[in-house]
Amino acid sequence: MKAWHFSENAYPYLPPAEEYESIRVSLPNRLYDPKRGAALYDRYIDEWLIAEDEGVEIMLNEHHQTATCVDPAAPLVLAALARLSKRARLLILGNPVANRRQPVRVAEEMAMVDILSKGRLECGFVRGVPYEVLPANSNPVRMNERQWEAIDLIIKAWTNHDGPASFEGRFFHHRNINIWPRPYQQPHPPIWISTTTPGGAGRVGARGYVQATFLTGFGGTPAIYESYRRGWREAGRGADVPVNRLAYAALVYAGESEGEARAGAEKLLWYMTANKVPLHFCYPPGYVPTPVHAQILRGAAVDQHAANKANATVDKAIEAGLMFAGTPDQVFRQIQRMYDHVGGFGHLLIMGQAGFLEHDETVRGIRTFAREVYPRLKEVFPDSAVSDQQVPIRQAV
Amino acid sequence: MLSIAGIELELFERGQGAPILYLHGGEGIFPDLPFLDLLAKTRRVIAPSHPGFGRSSLPDWLDSVDDIGHLYLEVMDHLGLTRTDVVGFSLGGWIAAEIATRVPERFEHLVLIAPVGVKTGPPDRLDIPDIFAMAREKLDRLRFHDPANNPVDPGKLTDDELHVVARNRETLALLTWEPYMHNPKLKHRLHRVSAPVLLLRGESDGIVSADYLGRYAALFPQARIETIAGAGHFPQVEQRERTAAAIAHFLDDRQAARRSGAAS
Repeated sequence: MKAWHFSENAYPYLPPAEEYESIRVSLPNRLYDPKRGAALYDRYIDEWLIAEDEGVEIMLNEHHQTATCVDPAAPLVLAALARLSKRARLLILGNPVANRRQPVRVAEEMAMVDILSKGRLECGFVRGVPYEVLPANSNPVRMNERQWEAIDLIIKAWTNHDGPASFEGRFFHHRNINIWPRPYQQPHPPIWISTTTPGGAGRVGARGYVQATFLTGFGGTPAIYESYRRGWREAGRGADVPVNRLAYAALVYAGESEGEARAGAEKLLWYMTANKVPLHFCYPPGYVPTPVHAQILRGAAVDQHAANKANATVDKAIEAGLMFAGTPDQVFRQIQRMYDHVGGFGHLLIMGQAGFLEHDETVRGIRTFAREVYPRLKEVFPDSAVSDQQVPIRQAV
Repeated sequence: MLSIAGIELELFERGQGAPILYLHGGEGIFPDLPFLDLLAKTRRVIAPSHPGFGRSSLPDWLDSVDDIGHLYLEVMDHLGLTRTDVVGFSLGGWIAAEIATRVPERFEHLVLIAPVGVKTGPPDRLDIPDIFAMAREKLDRLRFHDPANNPVDPGKLTDDELHVVARNRETLALLTWEPYMHNPKLKHRLHRVSAPVLLLRGESDGIVSADYLGRYAALFPQARIETIAGAGHFPQVEQRERTAAAIAHFLDDRQAARRSGAAS
């Protein structure tokens, strides 16, 4: 198993949530202090580099117009990390290509990062959460189709080496695609896609890309992975789906003592408690399938913020498989339980910093995980394993 | 259902007499059906559900009001509407304006109720408030003179009806998301519209402002504006009788004037 330190570059210094309507989309940026923001960038980049020193890989993502993730141009931070880091794989998860007007530009940015890092890029593509469509002014209807066409165009741009090529699709049109530089890795960097529903995962499996899923827990994850494996097999990729095609993202905090772990875990819950977003930003028309949209209109949608706040306890999050937190032994067992429940996964994406988790606390969490949990994960869950077959094999041993 | 250009169109027809092509707004045709019955007392009313609205199909390639305008040229040919009146509400007003710039000779009168479709204000201010970025309650305050008049209560609809409401919203987003609620080209084409135009607006409409409607009207060679008291964005719902009367008066007045002109 590979572990990745993931930080959203949060800006937590906000007034009480009652004083604003939404932490995303409409939160005035006068609340952002550029000097504090600059210090935070330094700090978060340092934490990524400490994770690298501890043998953990690096992951970042992109959101817009939000204090939860002040990384609206993830390729820029990725470029900095490409020069500052030396060994770690660099995962961007990912490029919101349904919201980017120029996929060829994305291909160029990613090729540059791959060169700068001498082939350490892992290139993720995401559809983006619903609150991203307003900042991007991006039409929420037909986003999936746009995302897949953009990915095809980016791969074409990466793999075309004989002068200008053309692409005339449904959403994107280019007559002279001939990017410089081309990627370091051949034929192109590994591709990751994030999905939180089974519907999308089958297609990712058919393509053989790495499937990542975020905070889908014991409830949602098995169906997503199963859909991926079915897509993989039906596309003729063979019966065995390597675990290194599947990734799971959770809040993770390992502490030397239960008390230390609990304190860190409580602070990590900020991800769930701070995400105050009104319904009209959560369900832009077309983002969810029509039957789901209809149920939301009927009032099925709940106030996410209130629900999250009510459910955001460390114990509930651990029980649901959204969080792995405790002593190294406890964290290992929690991960093992998830691994067995979903049929195995090869990448643990660690949401290891949030809100007011201070630098020292973040670093302690990274180090404790890296030194006392990670070695066991690598030993017990080898990268060569096959998904969905792990449980019987391990029991036989 | 009507099959045109590979699209299955739901079509409502009411009454007899000289034709009115009725083009519904973003909420679909169902809230307007009682109003259609009023218009149909003296006229033949032909009202399609736009592609992706109601039970009309939505082909993959269709994503603009411009596409619908072209489609309706074919619909008019198919129905033999060589010359007709058109009444369009909101999005439907935009569609009506688009068609009338293409075949001005085929329209007797245009009635545009709270139409969208042009951008006439400054770049740093929306002409039409962003209906996709506000809470439902605020939207209803902007749209209705009295929000209690909203005829669509999701709690009381069947699953099928609610599915239609949801799909209507999705198609509306598809068509109007960007550029928001307008075609930048349209205002440069409206001078071609030769028919007299009546622009109607509910006095309490928080979506289509009086200023906006005034600037819109100025783009037509012959246009006048009427305001309906006690109504918001949906005068055909909140003030059905008055709205129908204003339209009938406009259509009949002109016919009378033309008849007297022909006689003299």
